[in-house]
Amino acid sequence: MKEGFRQAMAWLHTWVGLIFGWLLFAIFLTGTLSYFKDEITHWMQPEVQAHPLDNARSLAMAQTYLQQQAPNAARWFITLPDSRQPGLSVMWQDKVDPGKRGNFIRKRLDSLAGSEVQARESMGGEFFYRFHFQLQMPYPWGRWLSTMAAMVMFIALITGIITHKKIFKDFFTFRPRKGQRSWLDGHNAVGVLVLPFHLMITYSSLVIFMSLVMPATIVASYGSTDAFFDDLFPATTNAPALGQPAPLLALGPMYDEARRQWGGGHVERLVVNNPGDVNASVNVIRAGSDRVVHDFGSVVSFNGASGEVVRVSTEQSLPMAISGSFYGLHMGHFAGPVLRWLYFICGLAGTAMIGTGLVIWLGKRQLKHAKTGVMPFELRLVEVLNIASMSGLMIAIGAFFWANRLLPVGFVERSNWEVQSFFIAWGLTVLHAMLRRGRQGWVEQLSLGALLFIGVPLLNALTTSQHLGVSLVQGDWAMAGFDLTCLGCGIFLAWAAWKMQHRAVAQPKAERARAMHLKGGVN
Amino acid sequence: MKSKASLPVSYRLAVTSRALAAVFGGYLLASLTSICMAFWLPISRADAVVSAMMSSFVFYLLAVIWCFACRSAWRAWFGILVPSAVLATLAGVSHWMVQP
Repeated sequence: MKEGFRQAMAWLHTWVGLIFGWLLFAIFLTGTLSYFKDEITHWMQPEVQAHPLDNARSLAMAQTYLQQQAPNAARWFITLPDSRQPGLSVMWQDKVDPGKRGNFIRKRLDSLAGSEVQARESMGGEFFYRFHFQLQMPYPWGRWLSTMAAMVMFIALITGIITHKKIFKDFFTFRPRKGQRSWLDGHNAVGVLVLPFHLMITYSSLVIFMSLVMPATIVASYGSTDAFFDDLFPATTNAPALGQPAPLLALGPMYDEARRQWGGGHVERLVVNNPGDVNASVNVIRAGSDRVVHDFGSVVSFNGASGEVVRVSTEQSLPMAISGSFYGLHMGHFAGPVLRWLYFICGLAGTAMIGTGLVIWLGKRQLKHAKTGVMPFELRLVEVLNIASMSGLMIAIGAFFWANRLLPVGFVERSNWEVQSFFIAWGLTVLHAMLRRGRQGWVEQLSLGALLFIGVPLLNALTTSQHLGVSLVQGDWAMAGFDLTCLGCGIFLAWAAWKMQHRAVAQPKAERARAMHLKGGVN
Repeated sequence: MKSKASLPVSYRLAVTSRALAAVFGGYLLASLTSICMAFWLPISRADAVVSAMMSSFVFYLLAVIWCFACRSAWRAWFGILVPSAVLATLAGVSHWMVQP
């Protein structure tokens, strides 16, 4: 590396971008889908009926249900429905083992009737959300890997900015239908256009997992992570059970009091510790959608037996507010429909930036081998991974949605099989990409993706009673929006497949000449 | 970059060495900077730790850029390990002063 600073940075950008590009593409695409996590879940569980919100009533229903089903549980969780997520969900834990996760029993209730909802078992949008930071790996490896990918993304962004010093001038140059040049212009344009979003989303993902990946700071200052979290969130330390039974008061008035404390803010969740004990504590947790700056500690705590307010969390300090705004901006819980779509589009632009980068890397190096027609192993490997990570992922997502409608509702391990079909389909696209030559591979996979996505609204019409004709008339925008977005996505994939098929125009002369020669031979 | 076949082994070793310095050395430097910030920032302990962790990734980034921008792989290691040693000593002293 004897060249200048910018060349060195361009080199770094190229290579870190390549090595993590495929993983980052998948993280960005599934993360983008997560902005519509609740809407996807709604489509995937059409049995769950949305009702007009009546949280006081829903809360009373949940309490009655839990009193009957789990009076001796160690802890109850009640998550209230909101405008995007129609279900009322309750969860309980029979025993709390410190240092252990899990042992939760979760039920979904009808928000007005209070009875259990019999919906098909499905992870819904939660699958994409979980995948984009856990990568289907056991805790904590997936989180580590995705955070490493985020660090690489951060490096790629900054080195990319250094490489393109004429960044704003370049932005106004787009040379369409010029092959490699157009891809690079496109890469720069989406990169610069949504640069603030890229920087925000990347840095915030590092901040979200900072206590996982930078534990040395905590250990040096506190000695252990538990001590740190106890200092950070005092509301999570609750009074222990005394073993004297006492009836739990109605949760409704506590809900009202918490909202009064927040000046009309919304409640997301209630956690009841030791219900039925004289030392029962009720933590009312504020909804993240209330403000951009997320506050994990925004809690009003009550004594469940006497109803008195035990603790109201204080205002965040500035560093906590900064880290909270990173979290809030990344999650976008506060975003209304318009802003949510903007998030979605920015996410797609990020995905496109990564995808075009991968295509450029290969395209540049393929040109050198166009004359001989023989591709070295490493370029072929990149080609296979490009195809499977982009068009293959689209097929996998399509397969996930199809599996949701085609697997019988009562099928055992149904939700698992939906996830399995996602990975099986993805695996098959790798095989297919290995067997087919470059362009054929692209065209066939994009076409199959197009078929799957265009088929989604039809499949929905055939298997449920909530097809576009019904959902549009009823104003069920989540359902209709899902169908229409899939349709749009399918049309886009069909266009891409068509473009790939007719790309001959943008090919180097040598290959075109060879194609002509072959044609001549046939004649 | 030149085509791969023409690259000598020494060049490849140097790139590997830089990459190792960037990934592991950079992480070490970022952690140590973060530890020192958490000790020295004149705000409450929880706030100092949060601020230090939040900014650690910028130091990581700078370390990585240094590793690939400097003139040789030896310099890359030198530029990572010397500041790390200094920060580790200072962090040790700070820790010892708080808890003798």
